[in-house]
Amino acid sequence: MELLIDRWLHIWAGIAWIGLLYYFNAVQVPGLAAAKADGTAAGITRHIAPRALLWFRWAAVVTWLTGAYYLERSGIGFTNAFLLQGSAATIGIGAWLGTIMLFNVWVLIWPNQKKVLGLVEADDAAKAKAARVAFLASRTNTMLSIPMLFFMAANTHFNPLV
Amino acid sequence: MKNPLDSLWGTIISGLVLLVILYVFVVNFLR
Repeated sequence: MELLIDRWLHIWAGIAWIGLLYYFNAVQVPGLAAAKADGTAAGITRHIAPRALLWFRWAAVVTWLTGAYYLERSGIGFTNAFLLQGSAATIGIGAWLGTIMLFNVWVLIWPNQKKVLGLVEADDAAKAKAARVAFLASRTNTMLSIPMLFFMAANTHFNPLV
Repeated sequence: MKNPLDSLWGTIISGLVLLVILYVFVVNFLR
């Protein structure tokens, strides 16, 4: 029962995390560009983006922690997965990709978005640089999410190593 | 050369290419 609840939380938080990632990439970025063109971007940057980023970064943490707990308690083994041992290598690839994505969220996206949104002091040049780094980190996560989800699902449904 | 991550379709195609590369790696080097 404990593992079922953990896995349920993992999928639930993962949907929130990746759903918001896709929202940023497919909706907010092009929407913000259009809003800047007609002078209506302030509502998005002041009221929408900070809330979306709050849920985004904490959903990432919950997803990783519940995933790590599942690996350890399900019999796969946290170390086996990350060292790509035996059949645990399939989900291990997914776990590595998810871990890189978590790093990108907390080390590249969030600190740079704080500058872009004016939550920390930054001049215009620093804001422009921060926007580019955050954008590329977000796009990198979108790219990584494609194989990450495949290898997570493959562990149960189509493990090439079993 | 343009960065494929600048477009959404470029990002998706890059993700699919990475998926194929990783799948081939898993099947050929980890089995």
